[in-house]
Amino acid sequence: MTYSLNVDGKVRQADVEPGTPLLWALRDSLGILGPKFGCGIGSCGACTVHIDGVPVRSCATPVEKVGAGKVTTIEAIGDTAIGKKVQAAWTELDVAQCGYCQPGQIMSATALLTKTPKPTDADIDAAMSGNICRCATYTRIRAAIKLASGQKSGV
Amino acid sequence: MADGTDISRRHFVQVSAAAGGLMLSFSVAGKARADGTTAPVLNAYVTIAPDNVVTLVAKNPEIGQGIKTSLPMIIAEELDVDWAQVRIQQADSKPAVYGLQFAGGSMATPMNWDQLRKVGATARALIVAAAAANWKVPASECTTASGVVHHKASKRSATYGSLAAQAATLPAPDPKSIVLKDPKAYKIIGKSKPQVDTAAIVRGKPLFGIDVVVPGMLYATFEKAPVFGAGVASADLDAALAVKGVRKAFLVGGGPELNGLLPGVAVVADSWWQARQGRNKLNIKWQDHPTAQQSSSGFAAQADALSKGAPLRTERLDGDVAAGFTGATSTVEAAYAYPFIAHAPLEPQNCTAHFHDGKMEIWAPTQYPDAGRQLVAKTLGLKPADITIHMTRCGGGFGRRLANDYMVEAAWIAKETGSPVKLLWTREDDLRHDFYRPAGWHYLKGAVDKSGKISAWHDHFVTLGTAGKPASSAGMATTEFPARFVENFKYDLSVIECGIPTGPLRAPGSNALAFVVQSFIDELAHSAGIDPVTFRLNLLGDQIFVGTAGKDGYDGHRMKGVLELVAAKSGWGKTKLGPRQGMGVAFHFSHLGYFAEVVQAHVSEAGDVTVEKVWVAADVGRQIINPTGALNQVQGAVIDGLSAALGQKISIEGGAVVERNFNTYPLLRMKSAPMVEVHWNITDNAPTGLGEPALPPVLPALCNAIFAATGKRLRSLPISKDQLKV
Repeated sequence: MTYSLNVDGKVRQADVEPGTPLLWALRDSLGILGPKFGCGIGSCGACTVHIDGVPVRSCATPVEKVGAGKVTTIEAIGDTAIGKKVQAAWTELDVAQCGYCQPGQIMSATALLTKTPKPTDADIDAAMSGNICRCATYTRIRAAIKLASGQKSGV
Repeated sequence: MADGTDISRRHFVQVSAAAGGLMLSFSVAGKARADGTTAPVLNAYVTIAPDNVVTLVAKNPEIGQGIKTSLPMIIAEELDVDWAQVRIQQADSKPAVYGLQFAGGSMATPMNWDQLRKVGATARALIVAAAAANWKVPASECTTASGVVHHKASKRSATYGSLAAQAATLPAPDPKSIVLKDPKAYKIIGKSKPQVDTAAIVRGKPLFGIDVVVPGMLYATFEKAPVFGAGVASADLDAALAVKGVRKAFLVGGGPELNGLLPGVAVVADSWWQARQGRNKLNIKWQDHPTAQQSSSGFAAQADALSKGAPLRTERLDGDVAAGFTGATSTVEAAYAYPFIAHAPLEPQNCTAHFHDGKMEIWAPTQYPDAGRQLVAKTLGLKPADITIHMTRCGGGFGRRLANDYMVEAAWIAKETGSPVKLLWTREDDLRHDFYRPAGWHYLKGAVDKSGKISAWHDHFVTLGTAGKPASSAGMATTEFPARFVENFKYDLSVIECGIPTGPLRAPGSNALAFVVQSFIDELAHSAGIDPVTFRLNLLGDQIFVGTAGKDGYDGHRMKGVLELVAAKSGWGKTKLGPRQGMGVAFHFSHLGYFAEVVQAHVSEAGDVTVEKVWVAADVGRQIINPTGALNQVQGAVIDGLSAALGQKISIEGGAVVERNFNTYPLLRMKSAPMVEVHWNITDNAPTGLGEPALPPVLPALCNAIFAATGKRLRSLPISKDQLKV
């Protein structure tokens, strides 16, 4: 089947079967490789994208559920003011180790800061605990979120 | 892997022009292999273009340890260029050119520190020689800075780029004439540099193995038996082929070697999701296999039984252990156990392969590409020289990608398919087909005499292996601490027959042994009523150094240094703690690094552990190459260790792994990550690696903190809430 998906500001045609997770429509059909595959059950957050600004796990979201929703991936999040700030903070603090989870981390962090411009540590814990960093760069992820929100990082 | 560490004895510099610039090469005389892979090829690291852009080769696999940044920093420093003018190029796997290329053992820094400084300094000497010749002045009057040569007296300068082509025509300088910089003059080494791939990472650019796209590429999945090594009895290939997009479905015979190509069923399709749907239809029946009789509970029962009898053999015996117990003022006996754990790098195993014209081209996230080449060559009957391996960035490694099982699978499937193929495992495949940190059991008896020192230590270590030989990463060195620091010391060994594949996982051996040794030392300290830091300082005693440097050496003085530092920084013995709150200490030497750590933890009445803070004191020698990367490694390793202590366990039932995904194999998350404060103890020793040695001490430091908080001694991992509730 062909699904019309609005991804990163463009309508694109994904030729996939019903039930195909959005992640695989993005990666294998549309060639958008920014969102990563980590678990396939929505448990690690590496595949996080936004649909209408809300963070979702694209590995566990069937393509037919997307409808007319506007999908934003890591490849275009830098076009938003908050996404750009988050990426800049990640760069400044050199957050990544292997870097594989970071697209998902940045998507979750951008969604958090969009809703909560000055998050507390508890807000960060709640918004970011769905994203695993196997290299455990959590200290810097927290600091980068604080930095992007104009708060003292404390690290 | 020890071979080839000292390239200096057998390299010579070769200079050649490259694209109008300079290419500095080191030829490795190398051993010629029967397969012909080691022709006298060149080993190029430095290219300088006319516009003064300097391209440096990053030789080793990048797995998140930051090596793609830190090794080129070493070259750039001695070359005396600005980091901003440097571009990094990832090397392919070319052992004849670059020597050993692997990510393991925290060895990249100690193995390359001298070599790469010489690479940079030699290139600089050539550039200076070219300038001196042009200006007809002695080279000794020329200085360099930021990629420019200056002659102060005549007020002349020239960029490296303008001199490079000429420098490339000059003879290589005598290696003995090369003078390395005084570290006080360092402008790059010791200054924080963000990872060279950071900008691409934060924008989600394709960097990883999973992101490789080759024109005409198909996608594959591969299912192997849950019971390790079992063969395929039957599979419904037609049902898989009936799924839309599936192009091929076929059996792979494989062999019995657990680290080679195993039997299974491959499904190849136009997309990975289609391949996976096809796989779901296979209805595979597996053959019986003897490993199906093995289980975690069975191993534990065997260990218990073995502990009651004579060991298989005594590995080390010092002094008079019986006398050490007789004269003791306190004696403790305890049994410690730790489980299998998995590596679970976040990027699932994958590899892209293309077989064409009798040659294999491979794109792989691998920690040891040449081992993969040899495995593919042997399994597919190819010449190693006909196998090209491109190293992609790895989405984590932790030792998992030292094995190249997924590479040989991809190569086999690609050859069988006749198209380029990207093989991708599921997370379930990854957790069920790892080379696990082996489980182990230690039956310990120790004593303290009236002077407050350990008077006897006896460990009966029951491990997993085959025919009396410990499995990969399941052994314990006869010099493992506290051997050589306790006069009356005995280490007995017994081995349980095991068919579960094991292998090195970040700080192999140490990641389990530190927990056992440093927890039991804590028990002895408490039994004697002595402060745990004081007790450990007494144990290290006045011995400056035991063993042989570069082999089994252990510098007690360096360990005391970090122990005293961490005690001071953590406020050890001076911090007022609340109810069910405690501090624990531990130290461990591994991978040439000396680490002491203190954990402050709180345990709720329900048994929930909160790690409040960790202090680390580290001695990895005189030079931290990239401070920002070094700090990130240490903080990550500490939290990785906490993750293992608090939740990780792979269970074997019926010869297969029970855990399936992150919902049953929990990794530590943001809400549980503590602040980790790191202090470097700079000592006048050669710089050593940081990927691993920060991890081991945190597990016992946490367990010792929990003991301080609750009075409950944890002797098995992972820590369970049930052990700790009131």
